Amino acid sequence: MAGPPMPRLSMQGDRVLIGALGACALLSGGVLVLILGFLLLETGPLLASGHVAGALFGAEWHPADHTFGLRAMIAGSLAVSGLALSWAAPAGVVVAVWGRLYAPAVLGRLYRGVIDILAGIPSVVYGFWGLLAIVPAINRVRPPGTSLLAGGLVLGLMILPLCALSTDAGLARVPQSYLRAAAALGLSRFGTLTRILLPQAWPAIVAGCVLQLGRALGETMAVVMVCGNVVEVPDSLFAPVRTLTANIALEMAYASGWHQRALFMSGLVLLMVTMVLFGLTQGLRKRPHED
Amino acid sequence: MRIEGARDRWAAALFGGASLMIMALPLLMLVEVVGAGLPRLSSEFLYAPPMDAGRAGGIGPMIVSTLAILAVCLFAALPVGLGCALYLAECVTAGGRAARALGYSLDVLGGVPSIVFGLFGYRLFAIELGLGFSILSGGLTLACMVLPLLIRVSEEALRATPPSYRQAAAALGLSQGGFLRRVLVPAAAPGIAAALILSIGRALAESAALLFTAGYVTRLPDSVFDSGRALAVHIYDLSMNVAGGEASAAATAVVLVGLLVLINICARRLGQTVHRMQRA
Amino acid sequence: MTRARSCFRNGTTGAALFGLPALFLTAMLAAYAAPEAQKLVLTGSSTIAPLTAELGRRFEALRPGVEVDVQSGGSSRGIHDAREGLADLGMVSRALTAEEADLHAYTIALDGVALITHRSNPVAALKRAEIIAIYTDRINRWSAIGGPDRPITVVNKAEGRSTLDLFLAHFGLRNSEVKPDVVIGDNAQGLKTVAGNPWSIGYVSIGSAEYEATHGGPIRLLPLDGVEASMATVRNGTYPLTRPLNLVTRGPAPGLALAFIEFARSEAARAIVEQQFFVPVDPHVDGQPVDGRPADAPPVDAR
Repeated sequence: MAGPPMPRLSMQGDRVLIGALGACALLSGGVLVLILGFLLLETGPLLASGHVAGALFGAEWHPADHTFGLRAMIAGSLAVSGLALSWAAPAGVVVAVWGRLYAPAVLGRLYRGVIDILAGIPSVVYGFWGLLAIVPAINRVRPPGTSLLAGGLVLGLMILPLCALSTDAGLARVPQSYLRAAAALGLSRFGTLTRILLPQAWPAIVAGCVLQLGRALGETMAVVMVCGNVVEVPDSLFAPVRTLTANIALEMAYASGWHQRALFMSGLVLLMVTMVLFGLTQGLRKRPHED
Repeated sequence: MRIEGARDRWAAALFGGASLMIMALPLLMLVEVVGAGLPRLSSEFLYAPPMDAGRAGGIGPMIVSTLAILAVCLFAALPVGLGCALYLAECVTAGGRAARALGYSLDVLGGVPSIVFGLFGYRLFAIELGLGFSILSGGLTLACMVLPLLIRVSEEALRATPPSYRQAAAALGLSQGGFLRRVLVPAAAPGIAAALILSIGRALAESAALLFTAGYVTRLPDSVFDSGRALAVHIYDLSMNVAGGEASAAATAVVLVGLLVLINICARRLGQTVHRMQRA
Repeated sequence: MTRARSCFRNGTTGAALFGLPALFLTAMLAAYAAPEAQKLVLTGSSTIAPLTAELGRRFEALRPGVEVDVQSGGSSRGIHDAREGLADLGMVSRALTAEEADLHAYTIALDGVALITHRSNPVAALKRAEIIAIYTDRINRWSAIGGPDRPITVVNKAEGRSTLDLFLAHFGLRNSEVKPDVVIGDNAQGLKTVAGNPWSIGYVSIGSAEYEATHGGPIRLLPLDGVEASMATVRNGTYPLTRPLNLVTRGPAPGLALAFIEFARSEAARAIVEQQFFVPVDPHVDGQPVDGRPADAPPVDAR
């Protein structure tokens, strides 16, 4: 896309300018490296000490006793995010399909507008509403109310708009020629949906939802507010949980020494998982779609 | 495509009904939050300091802190981000190694959890650079967070300018620097402004990264080296720690969401301008 | 022509949008280029935080140009930040341990730890054995102790909080034995959780609980070992679970910090301390440190 050749580097000023731009690019690309670097720096001693397995999979988290087992938190993170995705992803697909295929045009645009707004609402607001409405409701069924279920519902609500948006984008990218061919063959709307649109858009939909899983795993505020923060592997939907992110948020302020290193390590784990998830979606999409 | 036959009608009804039920939940949330917050809203709420732990008074200092954090964030992110976007759009071949490496790095950065940014910002800005809990720490951390979004959208805006501009500049014998400064950037300005605005939206919604960097203090900040509480952090504190703080938290949420809706509309308008230019 | 004009307009809009944040920031920096006010940073116990926040406001009024910044985060944070120099004064709501003898503690008030339930809960008192059983999940319905048949929601404090340490020491428990349903951080969060959950039980600072109860919160303080939980019993020494509220420093407190400590102990501050339902200390009583030597630790009930 560079177009016809420009008189490059024809002046000293140009060289300086290009240099400056390159420096900006280096800085931008370097932020990730810096983050990785700091995380590794902090967790270095922990990783070198050979206690990693104990830290990762130990069951007990008692910083005062120098036991740093992250198992309960890892389970908590996986449980809450898994629960959230399990209902938000299908729901997002349903909503997007209706908006694009079955809704009258005006309503469909309005729909997308509302979803756009919902996608930008801060997580604390979702958490606040969770505390206001969802936790008391669950409390009436089974105390304490702050639980895995509450976290799954609130987190699901958060990723619902983006699942819908990425499904919508995937559906929109299906080439018009396919749709015209379907019409020519006399396929019904439902048939077009199931036989053409969904199969074609499927990689984009899955990629979008996997990305949202990454987002759910990284969410902090909403889960701190509604999950109860008890360090225990959840044994039921109504059990309180603590996620890796909530753990960092709650304890970072006063952690020091090995405690702090353990928290940084959970941050490293989160970062690694994000990178892996992202790598998975790379193959499924050409370009990440805009939030 | 027509809707015909029983199966199609069933499908339409099913999807429609399900969508309605699904969307009822977030809409219920919006209605409840706005309902709880509106009674508390007033012009006094917007400029008075909080009293009684936030149950009374207003959110004036929080708004100032938020704007200050935003300003620091944009001041830091804009030059670097725009420079990087220009570099990507102008100086590297689209599919080349440098572009792909940079693209990957930025895309991953965009997915990093906000709490990890909080850790990083705390370690680098608050401790290493000695800034402590301050608006400066918070703003710089947020700058790192919004960089990927800013660069991505700016780059698209830059690439979207018509090639005829480039040809005209070449015909006129402009240097590359001149072309960038006088033609490309002004032409892409609406898109870049849209990127800016999207970044503002992202930064406003952030709270986890600010917990360890900008701090919790409710006083009106005197300078960027002061600690300040952002709106999102205030909502968190009110809902978690202050019994009876629901109304204030809801009102703060209304203010914050209102700001974000405004930003969303501005970004849309600018985005439409970009599209119009593209087609022209 | 229209395109050139719209280009110009868009360019101007863009420039205005870029210029705005830059202008704002420059204006802020310029306006506040005045020499920075003297700042005193206090971090630590969430029990002491409201008290020092109020004291700080009064202190700022007495000494223009001084700023007092208070952040909570738990007593262990107070210790950590004081040691690392991240805070001028650490707030610690217990006596210092032997490992913390490198720090200097200045007591500014006395407080206690009380168990709290919702006001609508008919159970008015609990025996020591019952409390231990509730917190280790051997009793989990109120009916077992004379209340209605409802599950008990156990609220525990997060690690790093001295209230937790004192509670565990008093009842001879280890944190690994406690089976909570909700874990909270600050006192305020504990109060809010219990206020929102009619069948819950938790423990917080007496000062904060009494404050909340007298300001309309639906909180009931349970007596401990037969002694009513209130500021009065803490003051006359009959309440079994009391603790000093300390401000700690790395070395002997320097100028501004010392001035603040002295203010906190002065006559003028007594009213503020009592307003928060803490017991003020008299700086001239024997045994209270006045010059910064580490406080003699009143023995923590460890059985």
